[in-house]
Amino acid sequence: MTDVSEFDDIPGTTLFTAQRSRKGYWLNQFCMSLMRAENRERFKADERAYLDEWPMTEAQKQAVLARDYNACIAEGGNIYFLAKIFATDGKSYQYAAGTMTGMTQEEYAEMMLRGGRSIEGARSIKEGR
Amino acid sequence: MARISAGVTSSHVPAIAAAWDQGRADDDYWRPIFAGFEWSKRWIAENMPDVVVLVYNDHASAFSLELIPTFAIGCADRFEIADEGYGPRPVPAVEGHADLAWHIAQSTILDEFDMTIINRLDVDHGLTVPLTLMFGQPEAWPTRIIPIAVNVVQYPPPTGNRCFLLGQAIRRAVESYPEDLNVHVWGTGGMSHQLQGPRAGLINREFDTAFLDRLTTDPEALRKMPHIEYVREAGSEAIELVMWLVMRGALGDHAKELYRFYHVPTSNTALGHIVLEPTS
Repeated sequence: MTDVSEFDDIPGTTLFTAQRSRKGYWLNQFCMSLMRAENRERFKADERAYLDEWPMTEAQKQAVLARDYNACIAEGGNIYFLAKIFATDGKSYQYAAGTMTGMTQEEYAEMMLRGGRSIEGARSIKEGR
Repeated sequence: MARISAGVTSSHVPAIAAAWDQGRADDDYWRPIFAGFEWSKRWIAENMPDVVVLVYNDHASAFSLELIPTFAIGCADRFEIADEGYGPRPVPAVEGHADLAWHIAQSTILDEFDMTIINRLDVDHGLTVPLTLMFGQPEAWPTRIIPIAVNVVQYPPPTGNRCFLLGQAIRRAVESYPEDLNVHVWGTGGMSHQLQGPRAGLINREFDTAFLDRLTTDPEALRKMPHIEYVREAGSEAIELVMWLVMRGALGDHAKELYRFYHVPTSNTALGHIVLEPTS
C-alpha cells in the first residue's frame, strides 16, 4: 500500500489521492462537461437543473452552487477540474485561489506582489514548522 | 542522425496566456515577465530546432478522470488548441512530427517505458504558454512539436527518477533516428505554487533557486527527491517540477546553464525558466 498519511500533514493542502478521486468522480466529470460552450450556456441558464442531471451528492451540488471551492475540494474536487467552473464565471485562478485563503481578492493579490505566502510555519501540522 | 542540442524549461501559468491574448503584455505587471524571455527568443531564433519534444501536463482538458495515462506521446501530424472553458486560445494549431514521434514511442516502449500513444490530442495552456513565451505570436509556430503528457494531477504521479529515466530513453530514441534533425527537449510547469486551499499562494524562493542550481550541479540529488518534498516545500502544484527532470535526463550526464530567469509573482506562481546545453 501507498502511505499517503504524510500528504495529510501539510497545512491547508489537499492532495488528489485515489480515495479523493473516487469520492469526487462525478463532481469532476460535471466540471469537464463545462468545456463545451453549449453546456456552459445550459449551466448558466439554470445551474440547479444542470447539476441535477449528474449523479452528484447534494453536498457536492451545494458546494458548486455556493462557489465554495474549499468545500468542492473536501467533496473530492480537483482544482484543474474546478477551474472549468470559474472559467465559466469568467474568473481567474488567482481569484479562485484567493477565495480559498480567507483573504479578500485584494489582500491575496497584495500578498503575491510581496513575494507570496512564506513557507515558514506552513510545512507540517505535526511538527509545527 | 538526429541529436538533442538543448533543454529548455518554463512555467506555463495560464494567466500569461490571458495577458498575451488580451493585449496586456506591456502592462507594468506583465512587462518584466515577457522581458525575461527576450534573451531566449533571440537565442532560439539562432538555434531553431526542427522538433521540440515538449513535456507538459494536461490540466483536465484532453484527459478527464475517465482515462489517466502516466506518460503519453502525441503521434499525430497536428494538434488543435483546447477550449479550457474560456474558448480556445487564438494561437496557431501545433504541427507534430509523426515520424519521429512514432519512432520515440516504439523505441521507448521497447526500452521498457509503457507509453500511451495519442493520435488525437487538443493541447491546453500547459503546452501553448511556453510556445508564446519563446516565440511570441507568429502566423505558424516555427518548429514541429512532439507533446509528451505526464500525469501530475492524479496521485501518484511518476517519480522524479522515473521522469529522468524516461528522458534518458528519449535521448537514446532521438539518437537512433536516421534523419539529421536538431531536437530540443522542453520541460514545463512549476516552480513553487499552490492553487488550492488555505495555503494557496505559497512561494519558496530558496527551494526554487536550489532546484535551478541542481539541474546542472547535482541532478542526481533531484532524481532522489520524493513527492512529499516538492509539495511540502513548494506547494501542491509544484509537483509539476518532476517534468523538468525528463528534460534533464534527455541532456546526458553533464549540462551547462546558458540562461536563467526567475520572477515572482506570475499570478499565483514563481515563474522559472532555464536554458541548458548538453556538454560532454
